Amino acid sequence: MSETIDLKLHVWRQSGPKDKGAFADYSKHAKGISTHASFLEMLDVVNERLVAEGEAPIAFDHDCREGICGMCGAVINGVPHGHRKQTTTCQLHMREFQNNAEVYVEPFRAGSFPIIQDLVVDRSSFDTIIQAGGYVSVRTGSAPDANEIPIPKQISDRAMDAAQCIGCGACVAACPNASASLFLSAKLAHLNLLPQGQPERYRRTRQMVLAHDQAGFGGCTNHRECEAACPKGISTDFIARMNRDVLVASLTDKDGELI
Amino acid sequence: MQGVLTLTRSTIGQKAIVAVTGVILFGFVIGHLTGNLILLAGPEAYNAYAAALKGNAPLLWGTRITLLTSVILHIVFTMQLAKRNASARPNAYQKPRKDLVTTYAARSMVLTGPLLAAFIAFHLAHFTVPGIGINGVFDPHNPYANLVQDFRVWYVSAIYIFANILLGLHLWHGGWSAAQSIGAQHPKYDALKMRLAAGLALFVACGNVFIPIAVQTHIIGSSEQLAESRALVAAEQAEEE
Repeated sequence: MSETIDLKLHVWRQSGPKDKGAFADYSKHAKGISTHASFLEMLDVVNERLVAEGEAPIAFDHDCREGICGMCGAVINGVPHGHRKQTTTCQLHMREFQNNAEVYVEPFRAGSFPIIQDLVVDRSSFDTIIQAGGYVSVRTGSAPDANEIPIPKQISDRAMDAAQCIGCGACVAACPNASASLFLSAKLAHLNLLPQGQPERYRRTRQMVLAHDQAGFGGCTNHRECEAACPKGISTDFIARMNRDVLVASLTDKDGELI
Repeated sequence: MQGVLTLTRSTIGQKAIVAVTGVILFGFVIGHLTGNLILLAGPEAYNAYAAALKGNAPLLWGTRITLLTSVILHIVFTMQLAKRNASARPNAYQKPRKDLVTTYAARSMVLTGPLLAAFIAFHLAHFTVPGIGINGVFDPHNPYANLVQDFRVWYVSAIYIFANILLGLHLWHGGWSAAQSIGAQHPKYDALKMRLAAGLALFVACGNVFIPIAVQTHIIGSSEQLAESRALVAAEQAEEE
């Protein structure tokens, strides 16, 4: 395998939220890319060349570049975070691409994720959903005794599976309905599965689902595209669990609120 | 009260209503087909079955009201959700988003739905109210003959076969999706659930496609059987007079 590749690179450029935007061809800037570079490093190289020419660099989100922060993300050839399974954009390496491959890079698209510039989208609607969840009743004083609350291994494992969600928004980008159900259900499940999350369980479920709907995300139609695109492989089983909790919250008085 | 989030107001609640009404309708089409397979037992048994259904007013009207309510709720909430989903991504991807795992059945739900609604309207007009004799006179006392004579017309059979293939697709995704939407999910039963939905959808589609094919190939409704059914109805009417 050659150590460098050339790309036929097309990147979405949009100067601001109101700009129409269009794909720009950066094939001449994307030559001789190291196959050891990550996708973001490839964009760094292209940006350096753009800056040298006096052009504005491509704006994209990134932070840890270790696949754990959830900041990066773009739709690469029609797939959020690119074609490699369970991989964030920063962990996608250029060795995954053929020499002279056509590569289209586009921002995550959803009405609730307005584009700020180029590949950067505003995902603060996720923060609104999290804030709607409110508090959990945990002691914040000295550290609690280990194993003070017994939690079955399978339950803690499942809660950890849900807690793997890094909130990148790939599920929304992949969903035909731009629904955030996978994110929402993962955030609900990692608290709702554990004993510490029980007191506020149904109230939290109602409020976060309401916030999700109010933010303008679509509804789930069970295509499971989100699960396939999720860099953390979060399962749509959590969506079923959330649906069940919503029904219990709506049809019973389990959260202490009469309907 | 945080009752803002009642069932009809959240996307999940609306979807649950679509799911529950869908399951009711799914149950009906299974019963509908199973009953119609009495066709294989001949004209006398089939017409007796039809007469028994019509004679049982509580069952007949209970079913009709349940079905009508289910269909209305199923369509109304689906339309609300579909409208919302269509507007959730106002700016489409310029390089089309790739489908990774979704099925044709799932993607075509918004298409198969309205087509099935149109077919159901036609089907009701065809065999129930008012009853259209496409190939000969419609006789409300002889459903066996109504079915056989019309299914002998190739394009009538073709419409029913096509519609039931759509129904199979709709039920295949709908059956699994409904369980997911009401939270009926457990790792132990997931594989079973998907197989059950696919199996029942296949049963309904194949069964309903079989009937027009069987008529076309004279497995159901030979000329003798058709004549027999007419003689029986004539005899009954003579008796009543």
